[in-house]
Amino acid sequence: MYEFDWSSIPGAIPLLLKGMAITLEVTLTAIFVGIVWGTLLAVARLGRSRVLAFLATAYVNLFRSVPLVMVILWFYLIVPQGLKAIFGQNIGDIRLTSALVAFALFEAAYYSEIIRAGIQSVAKGQVAAGLALGLTPGQTMRLIVLPQAFRNMLPLLLTQGIILFQDTSLVYVIGLSDFFGTSYKIGDRDGRLVELLLFAGAVYFVICFSVSRVVKRLQARFSQ
Amino acid sequence: MAYNWNWQVFLQPSATGEGTYLAWLFEGLKWTVTLSLTAWIIALVVGSVIGVLRTVPNRWLGLIAASYVEVFRNIPLLVQLFIWYFVLPELLPGEMGNTFKQMNPLAQQFFSAMVCLGLFTAARVAEQVRAGINSLPRGQKNAGLAMGFTLAQCYRHVLLPMAYRIIVPPLTSEFLNIFKNSAVATTIGLIELSRQAQHLVDFTAQPYEAFIAVTLLYLLINVTVMFLMRRLEKRVQVPGFVGGK
Repeated sequence: MYEFDWSSIPGAIPLLLKGMAITLEVTLTAIFVGIVWGTLLAVARLGRSRVLAFLATAYVNLFRSVPLVMVILWFYLIVPQGLKAIFGQNIGDIRLTSALVAFALFEAAYYSEIIRAGIQSVAKGQVAAGLALGLTPGQTMRLIVLPQAFRNMLPLLLTQGIILFQDTSLVYVIGLSDFFGTSYKIGDRDGRLVELLLFAGAVYFVICFSVSRVVKRLQARFSQ
Repeated sequence: MAYNWNWQVFLQPSATGEGTYLAWLFEGLKWTVTLSLTAWIIALVVGSVIGVLRTVPNRWLGLIAASYVEVFRNIPLLVQLFIWYFVLPELLPGEMGNTFKQMNPLAQQFFSAMVCLGLFTAARVAEQVRAGINSLPRGQKNAGLAMGFTLAQCYRHVLLPMAYRIIVPPLTSEFLNIFKNSAVATTIGLIELSRQAQHLVDFTAQPYEAFIAVTLLYLLINVTVMFLMRRLEKRVQVPGFVGGK
């Protein structure tokens, strides 16, 4: 029978926290950039310009049909080339940068789908009223439609954030030490992989489960 | 930036001497498809059971099913995969763990990935099955029971046949997800598509060709699945339930 030995975890806490900081950095950056870029994509898809709508649709569909692992690997290939072209050979460790870019651009595709549905959920009369008041289409979108849309879709945006938080563990494929990568390395180093992996799973579960409870409450309050 | 494009690289004999690099790609495609399809069967079976349990009038069964869904949804897929692959064989009682560790490495990787992906997706399928059953009018179940069906017969003959037809569209997106998620198996070394992409980069030093080819194969899988599921969707659509939702 396997004998558990959890003793390597307490000493590893500082390293694990450092890993968690990277996980959070990637998650929060991707949420922020993803929502901004995703909003632009959604507006482009619903807008009048056919060319922009086509480009935005192609972008979203492309990112949504390729596995995240491939996207991370792709950007790990492209980003260094781009940085070298701009800054020369001395670019240091680019794993974090390429992960940030990959997640931000990838998540934007998913966020844009949520935001598009949110925009479409706003009653048509609202747009008409805005235009009738003399607002430009841009002002109507910014001042009338988007605020209501974001209110409607807040729970979905947060749920996507939880999924994203879990997905950041995939930076493992480019060897970036996020929370999961750090747990794995420590487990490997101390020969206590079983304990460290179970511990990492438990931490992810506690965080995601708690946040999803909060989202549920929020949803209940909003739908009143 | 001068990059030397060389698409002929796929026709060159591979470093291992067996076939061409193109054959490597197809080997990867084969494993991606096999893994996804077998995992999908597990997901459908387990997901249906859990989904049904969430709707039966029994608090304990409902609680067990709800816990299953929460556990599998709130732990990252990668962590789950590592737990199946690295942790479980250690914890299995007696000989079972050793038997597993003595299997051929490819079989170990495949079984861990299949079970992991299957049970992970099952939690999502369960949510769809539950939503499908709950979207049916209450009268359907009551009518079934009033006709003298037992609860099990009611599910078997009345509720599930309708629920499955309604949830084809959301299941399509889960089916697409399982192909994409199968790429995570690259982390334990299974030679599926994205692993082969990395191999090709290592062996041929033509990263762009390899990545473009693999990306196109994923797009091809996507388009094929979508095409087949649309046809299925049309055939099983329930008149009166717009879009199924």
